Amino acid sequence: MRVAVQEAPFDFGAEAEAFARGAEGAGAVVTFTGVVREADSGAMACMEIEHYPGMTQKALEQIATEAMSRWDLTDALVIHRYGRLAPGAQIMMVATAARHRVAAFDAAEYLMDYLKSRAPFWKKEILQDGSADWVAAKDADEDALRRW
Amino acid sequence: MEVLYFAWVRERIGLPKERVETSAVTVAELVEELKAREERYAAAFADLSALRVALDQELAEFDAPLAGVREVAFFPPMTGG
Repeated sequence: MRVAVQEAPFDFGAEAEAFARGAEGAGAVVTFTGVVREADSGAMACMEIEHYPGMTQKALEQIATEAMSRWDLTDALVIHRYGRLAPGAQIMMVATAARHRVAAFDAAEYLMDYLKSRAPFWKKEILQDGSADWVAAKDADEDALRRW
Repeated sequence: MEVLYFAWVRERIGLPKERVETSAVTVAELVEELKAREERYAAAFADLSALRVALDQELAEFDAPLAGVREVAFFPPMTGG
Protein backbone atom coordinates (compact mmCIF):
# COMPACT_ATOMS: atom_id res chain seq x y z
CA MET A 1 0.00 0.00 0.00
CA ARG A 2 1.30 3.46 -0.84
CA VAL A 3 -0.15 6.90 -0.17
CA ALA A 4 1.47 10.03 -1.62
CA VAL A 5 0.43 13.65 -1.07
CA GLN A 6 2.39 15.88 -3.41
CA GLU A 7 2.43 19.13 -5.33
CA ALA A 8 4.31 17.70 -8.30
CA PRO A 9 2.53 16.03 -11.22
CA PHE A 10 2.57 12.25 -11.41
CA ASP A 11 2.92 10.03 -14.47
CA PHE A 12 -0.37 8.16 -14.56
CA GLY A 13 0.79 5.63 -17.14
CA ALA A 14 4.04 4.83 -15.35
CA GLU A 15 2.29 4.59 -11.95
CA ALA A 16 -0.44 2.30 -13.31
CA GLU A 17 2.09 0.11 -15.11
CA ALA A 18 4.35 -0.23 -12.05
CA PHE A 19 1.35 -0.95 -9.83
CA ALA A 20 0.00 -3.66 -12.16
CA ARG A 21 3.43 -5.28 -12.53
CA GLY A 22 3.90 -5.35 -8.76
CA ALA A 23 0.43 -6.73 -8.05
CA GLU A 24 1.47 -10.27 -7.14
CA GLY A 25 -1.37 -12.69 -6.54
CA ALA A 26 -3.94 -10.32 -8.00
CA GLY A 27 -6.32 -11.24 -10.81
CA ALA A 28 -7.67 -7.70 -11.22
CA VAL A 29 -6.25 -4.19 -11.17
CA VAL A 30 -8.51 -1.13 -11.28
CA THR A 31 -7.22 2.42 -11.72
CA PHE A 32 -9.02 5.76 -11.58
CA THR A 33 -7.69 9.24 -12.17
CA GLY A 34 -9.43 12.56 -11.45
CA VAL A 35 -8.89 15.48 -13.83
CA VAL A 36 -9.43 19.23 -13.29
CA ARG A 37 -12.56 20.14 -15.24
CA GLU A 38 -13.71 23.58 -16.36
CA ALA A 39 -15.78 25.56 -13.84
CA ASP A 40 -19.57 25.69 -14.34
CA SER A 41 -19.49 29.44 -13.81
CA GLY A 42 -17.11 30.41 -16.62
CA ALA A 43 -13.62 30.16 -18.01
CA MET A 44 -11.32 28.82 -15.34
CA ALA A 45 -7.69 29.86 -15.06
CA CYS A 46 -6.77 27.18 -12.53
CA MET A 47 -7.88 25.08 -9.62
CA GLU A 48 -6.19 25.69 -6.30
CA ILE A 49 -6.18 22.78 -3.88
CA GLU A 50 -5.50 23.52 -0.23
CA HIS A 51 -4.87 20.76 2.29
CA TYR A 52 -4.10 20.21 5.96
CA PRO A 53 -0.47 18.99 5.85
CA GLY A 54 -0.42 17.36 9.27
CA MET A 55 -3.63 15.43 8.72
CA THR A 56 -3.80 14.59 5.01
CA GLN A 57 -1.30 11.72 4.85
CA LYS A 58 -2.74 10.13 7.99
CA ALA A 59 -6.36 10.44 6.82
CA LEU A 60 -5.54 8.91 3.43
CA GLU A 61 -3.63 6.06 5.06
CA GLN A 62 -6.59 5.30 7.32
CA ILE A 63 -8.95 5.23 4.32
CA ALA A 64 -6.61 3.03 2.28
CA THR A 65 -5.97 0.66 5.20
CA GLU A 66 -9.71 0.23 5.68
CA ALA A 67 -10.14 -0.56 1.96
CA MET A 68 -7.25 -3.06 2.07
CA SER A 69 -8.80 -5.07 4.88
CA ARG A 70 -12.44 -4.77 3.81
CA TRP A 71 -11.87 -6.13 0.30
CA ASP A 72 -8.80 -8.22 1.09
CA LEU A 73 -6.81 -6.26 -1.49
CA THR A 74 -3.34 -7.41 -2.46
CA ASP A 75 -2.31 -3.75 -2.90
CA ALA A 76 -3.63 -0.18 -3.05
CA LEU A 77 -2.21 3.12 -4.25
CA VAL A 78 -3.45 6.67 -3.61
CA ILE A 79 -1.76 9.77 -5.05
CA HIS A 80 -3.34 13.17 -4.40
CA ARG A 81 -1.92 16.52 -5.46
CA TYR A 82 -2.32 19.98 -3.96
CA GLY A 83 -1.42 23.50 -5.13
CA ARG A 84 -2.37 25.20 -8.40
CA LEU A 85 -3.52 22.94 -11.22
CA ALA A 86 -4.51 23.93 -14.76
CA PRO A 87 -7.71 22.60 -16.39
CA GLY A 88 -7.00 19.13 -17.76
CA ALA A 89 -4.34 18.39 -15.16
CA GLN A 90 -4.54 15.15 -13.22
CA ILE A 91 -5.44 15.82 -9.58
CA MET A 92 -5.29 12.35 -8.11
CA MET A 93 -5.31 8.65 -8.82
CA VAL A 94 -6.20 5.47 -7.03
CA ALA A 95 -5.31 1.92 -7.94
CA THR A 96 -6.52 -1.29 -6.34
CA ALA A 97 -5.44 -4.88 -6.84
CA ALA A 98 -7.46 -7.89 -5.75
CA ARG A 99 -7.89 -11.55 -6.62
CA HIS A 100 -11.23 -10.74 -8.27
CA ARG A 101 -12.59 -7.84 -10.27
CA VAL A 102 -15.61 -6.94 -8.12
CA ALA A 103 -13.46 -6.36 -5.04
CA ALA A 104 -11.03 -4.19 -7.02
CA PHE A 105 -13.85 -2.04 -8.48
CA ASP A 106 -15.73 -1.74 -5.18
CA ALA A 107 -12.59 -0.83 -3.24
CA ALA A 108 -11.68 1.83 -5.83
CA GLU A 109 -15.16 3.36 -5.53
CA TYR A 110 -14.93 3.25 -1.76
CA LEU A 111 -11.56 5.03 -1.88
CA MET A 112 -12.99 7.70 -4.17
CA ASP A 113 -16.09 8.26 -2.02
CA TYR A 114 -14.04 8.63 1.14
CA LEU A 115 -11.35 10.77 -0.51
CA LYS A 116 -14.03 13.21 -1.59
CA SER A 117 -15.59 13.75 1.83
CA ARG A 118 -13.11 12.61 4.49
CA ALA A 119 -9.69 13.69 3.26
CA PRO A 120 -8.80 17.28 4.23
CA PHE A 121 -8.59 18.91 0.79
CA TRP A 122 -10.46 22.02 -0.34
CA LYS A 123 -10.79 23.10 -3.96
CA LYS A 124 -11.00 26.67 -5.15
CA GLU A 125 -11.80 27.62 -8.73
CA ILE A 126 -9.89 30.68 -9.92
CA LEU A 127 -11.52 32.18 -13.01
CA GLN A 128 -9.82 34.08 -15.81
CA ASP A 129 -11.51 37.32 -14.70
CA GLY A 130 -9.67 37.03 -11.37
CA SER A 131 -12.69 36.01 -9.29
CA ALA A 132 -12.52 32.86 -7.20
CA ASP A 133 -15.00 30.43 -5.66
CA TRP A 134 -14.58 27.65 -3.15
CA VAL A 135 -16.10 24.45 -4.46
CA ALA A 136 -18.99 23.50 -2.17
CA ALA A 137 -19.31 19.94 -0.92
CA LYS A 138 -22.33 18.18 -2.40
CA ASP A 139 -24.96 16.39 -0.32
CA ALA A 140 -24.71 13.56 -2.85
CA ASP A 141 -21.04 13.07 -1.88
CA GLU A 142 -21.99 12.69 1.78
CA ASP A 143 -24.87 10.35 0.85
CA ALA A 144 -22.43 8.22 -1.17
CA LEU A 145 -20.65 7.23 2.05
CA ARG A 146 -23.78 5.59 3.44
CA ARG A 147 -23.73 2.78 0.94
CA TRP A 148 -20.54 1.46 2.50
CA MET B 1 -3.50 25.20 22.06
CA GLU B 2 -2.93 25.81 18.36
CA VAL B 3 -6.07 26.69 16.41
CA LEU B 4 -5.89 26.23 12.62
CA TYR B 5 -8.23 27.51 9.93
CA PHE B 6 -8.54 26.26 6.36
CA ALA B 7 -10.21 27.34 3.09
CA TRP B 8 -12.90 30.03 3.48
CA VAL B 9 -12.72 29.84 7.27
CA ARG B 10 -9.07 30.92 7.00
CA GLU B 11 -9.99 33.68 4.55
CA ARG B 12 -12.88 34.97 6.67
CA ILE B 13 -10.86 35.06 9.88
CA GLY B 14 -7.79 36.36 8.07
CA LEU B 15 -5.12 34.04 9.42
CA PRO B 16 -4.12 30.39 9.01
CA LYS B 17 -3.41 29.66 12.68
CA GLU B 18 -3.04 31.18 16.09
CA ARG B 19 -2.25 30.23 19.65
CA VAL B 20 -5.31 30.37 21.89
CA GLU B 21 -5.36 30.22 25.69
CA THR B 22 -8.73 28.89 26.73
CA SER B 23 -10.51 27.16 29.56
CA ALA B 24 -13.26 25.90 27.22
CA VAL B 25 -14.27 22.34 28.03
CA THR B 26 -15.70 21.45 24.62
CA VAL B 27 -15.20 22.52 21.01
CA ALA B 28 -18.59 24.28 21.12
CA GLU B 29 -17.44 26.37 24.10
CA LEU B 30 -14.24 27.31 22.26
CA VAL B 31 -16.35 28.37 19.26
CA GLU B 32 -18.47 30.60 21.53
CA GLU B 33 -15.32 32.23 22.93
CA LEU B 34 -13.95 32.87 19.45
CA LYS B 35 -17.29 34.24 18.18
CA ALA B 36 -17.38 36.73 21.04
CA ARG B 37 -13.97 38.14 20.04
CA GLU B 38 -14.68 39.97 16.82
CA GLU B 39 -17.11 40.19 13.94
CA ARG B 40 -14.85 38.20 11.59
CA TYR B 41 -14.94 35.24 13.97
CA ALA B 42 -18.69 35.58 14.43
CA ALA B 43 -19.06 35.56 10.63
CA ALA B 44 -16.83 32.50 10.18
CA PHE B 45 -18.63 30.49 12.86
CA ALA B 46 -22.18 31.72 12.09
CA ASP B 47 -23.37 28.36 10.77
CA LEU B 48 -21.77 25.36 12.45
CA SER B 49 -23.56 22.96 10.12
CA ALA B 50 -21.30 24.38 7.37
CA LEU B 51 -18.16 23.60 9.39
CA ARG B 52 -16.13 20.60 10.39
CA VAL B 53 -13.62 20.26 13.20
CA ALA B 54 -10.56 18.08 13.75
CA LEU B 55 -8.87 17.52 17.13
CA ASP B 56 -5.20 16.59 16.91
CA GLN B 57 -5.76 15.84 13.21
CA GLU B 58 -8.72 13.49 13.65
CA LEU B 59 -12.26 14.47 12.66
CA ALA B 60 -14.44 15.16 15.71
CA GLU B 61 -17.83 16.53 16.75
CA PHE B 62 -18.55 19.99 18.17
CA ASP B 63 -19.54 18.53 21.55
CA ALA B 64 -16.17 16.73 21.88
CA PRO B 65 -14.07 17.52 24.98
CA LEU B 66 -10.86 19.55 24.59
CA ALA B 67 -8.96 18.00 27.51
CA GLY B 68 -5.43 17.11 26.41
CA VAL B 69 -5.97 18.42 22.87
CA ARG B 70 -3.02 20.34 21.38
CA GLU B 71 -4.33 21.21 17.92
CA VAL B 72 -7.85 22.21 16.86
CA ALA B 73 -8.66 22.81 13.19
CA PHE B 74 -11.81 24.36 11.73
CA PHE B 75 -12.70 24.02 8.06
CA PRO B 76 -15.58 23.64 5.61
CA PRO B 77 -16.75 20.21 4.43
CA MET B 78 -13.89 18.63 2.51
CA THR B 79 -13.79 18.50 -1.30
CA GLY B 80 -11.06 16.05 -2.21
CA GLY B 81 -10.90 13.64 -5.08
